[in-house]
Amino acid sequence: MDEIAVAIEVNGSSRRAHVESRLTLADFLREECGLTGTHLACEHGVCGACTVLLDGQAVRSCLIFAVQADGRQVTSVEGLTPEDGSLSPIQQAFWNNHGLQCGFCTPGFIVSVEALLRDNPNPTDDEIREGLSGNLCRCTGYQGIIKAVREAAGN
Amino acid sequence: MKAAAFTYHAPSSIAEAVALIATHGEEAKVLAGGQSLVPMLALRLARFDHLVDLNRIDELNTIEVIGDALVIGAMTRQSQVEKSDLVATSVPLLAQAVQKIGHFQIRNRGTIGGSIAHADPASELPAVALCLNATMELAGPQGSREVPAGDFFVSVWQTAAATDEILTRVRFPLAPPRSGAAIEEFALRTGDFAIAGAVSSITLTTDGLIADAAIAFMGMGATPLRASSAERALVGATPDEVDLTAIARIAVEDTEPSEDIHASADYRRKIATGLVERTLVQALKEASRG
Repeated sequence: MDEIAVAIEVNGSSRRAHVESRLTLADFLREECGLTGTHLACEHGVCGACTVLLDGQAVRSCLIFAVQADGRQVTSVEGLTPEDGSLSPIQQAFWNNHGLQCGFCTPGFIVSVEALLRDNPNPTDDEIREGLSGNLCRCTGYQGIIKAVREAAGN
Repeated sequence: MKAAAFTYHAPSSIAEAVALIATHGEEAKVLAGGQSLVPMLALRLARFDHLVDLNRIDELNTIEVIGDALVIGAMTRQSQVEKSDLVATSVPLLAQAVQKIGHFQIRNRGTIGGSIAHADPASELPAVALCLNATMELAGPQGSREVPAGDFFVSVWQTAAATDEILTRVRFPLAPPRSGAAIEEFALRTGDFAIAGAVSSITLTTDGLIADAAIAFMGMGATPLRASSAERALVGATPDEVDLTAIARIAVEDTEPSEDIHASADYRRKIATGLVERTLVQALKEASRG
């Protein structure tokens, strides 16, 4: 199968590669860019572990082919972390509130919450729960995550 | 969990997309938001040699009022419709229904046309299109044609669109004065497909009688279904005197729910009866406010 040239702006830098059309954006980030913070669990759009920002909008990167992101901007969890390696306010809030245990789902949550709080800086508890409903966590029981979002929102 | 290999096409106009599909025939599939198709490709429940991606066709991303209808381009994202003031004021039911689709990450990508063309009988937009008598505009090699929602949904995932046609726009009639509409669904978790759901729209006469009523169900058969006996029973009635519980029972008699791991047919009927009554109460309340 022919490979297609793509140029995608990932976390502020341009990434060029030749990819198979069936390569998902998630696999592009992990395998072509070496950005393994984007996790893959279900690989069919259910779990939310692979959530990234595409032109600023939270989307599931397992349901987009890399060729579709050609010319667009992608932000993965690595792009949300300060350059000095410290934690972002949302990451710190997850740390403070036991918002993670095994951590596998966490990158997807961090990206989703980033978009959620950007669009709705003071969510109600119902809005937080609704906003988190597209991400699955099998460890925490979600209570710590909800607390983390409240703290990150300054509530 | 990787899709089988395919050749990718990214046309920038409807004409180009139609030509590509005409060339590749049944080996080609249209890719809209990909929130249903890509999982099916990943699970290898479906495979196509050619994918024709509509995401770069700007003329398919529109929300406008033309004449007496709200016209939405097929590639308009569900999240755009959710946030549109024009949709909220001209067809409020559509704005309400879109919020119930999946999760916000899905709605950022999922499209109005994709959801309707996919024709999942448990999903929201086909039932809304049917309830509101929306019109589908299709483009194909012979030109374009229109199909009313009542003729569009054929069976599970099957529509009246031919394999060489693309759904380009959906026209929703503007909500008339003294009308109200509501959607209710029951799912085990937020964002899951509904086990059952109902949509109702009611318009009152200037004297406050029911002039027009439309009821559609989701998840209650192989397609979204209208409840015409119950609709007929409502027309001409006085809202305060009508027995909505009885109407809801009549409405559910027009459905053919199936049994699966999530619910028995009987359970679906019971749930749908309650849900449709709730939508009627809300629709009437809203209609009586003007």
